Amino acid sequence: MTIKVRFFASMRDRMGKGDATVNFSGAKMTVTDVWQQAANGAPMPESTLIAINMEYTDNNAVVKDGDEVAFFPPVTGG
Amino acid sequence: MKVLICENSFDPWKELTAYEQTLPPGKTGGSVSFVGTMRDFNDGHDVSAMRLDHYPGMTEKHIERVMEEAAEKWEIIDSLVVHRVGDMQPNDPIVLVVVWSAHRANAFDACRYIINYLKERAPFWKCETTRDGKQRWVEHNTKDPGAAAAVKKVVKSA
Repeated sequence: MTIKVRFFASMRDRMGKGDATVNFSGAKMTVTDVWQQAANGAPMPESTLIAINMEYTDNNAVVKDGDEVAFFPPVTGG
Repeated sequence: MKVLICENSFDPWKELTAYEQTLPPGKTGGSVSFVGTMRDFNDGHDVSAMRLDHYPGMTEKHIERVMEEAAEKWEIIDSLVVHRVGDMQPNDPIVLVVVWSAHRANAFDACRYIINYLKERAPFWKCETTRDGKQRWVEHNTKDPGAAAAVKKVVKSA
């Protein structure tokens, strides 16, 4: 299973990268599993927003092969 | 309904006028517009420049969804959102929201709904440059005192 990971704004700065790829061979992978691999064990900030394939979700959501998972701070547009 | 993400400065009034030409003649009783512009201060600091990042694709998708929700909740004729990304200076327009309807109350309510929910859900992030040359990410949007009441009203009527 291959997951595309994206970090935005201060999250990108914190991680030192905007994109990552996570591979998983188990039966089930959650957003938390994706974060742990992509962030190399760094704790997820409490205010982190998460999207799978551009839809908001939470860290318990299950991902599937080919999904794009994005992590970013609270939004500040408008 | 139209969403436009602009990498360059835009003139809100030209955008409004140009889109208005596409609407059916004789049906519109009025329009309500909101234009957000860049301040030269924020959180007690002078701000000299700003960069707006976004998540291409997700941004447009969620703005469109908010506009569709507004169209379901109120009788409106059409709506337009233009939002800047990239590098900007104080006084530059950041966002334009326009709602056209037959009657003003629907246009006012729908316009407020769209800008409030856009600010909560559309993935944009502001990175400010202060007068001393430091860059910092804006951690939260300024709270609109009327927004909470507007949101409560929407939830109550849903």
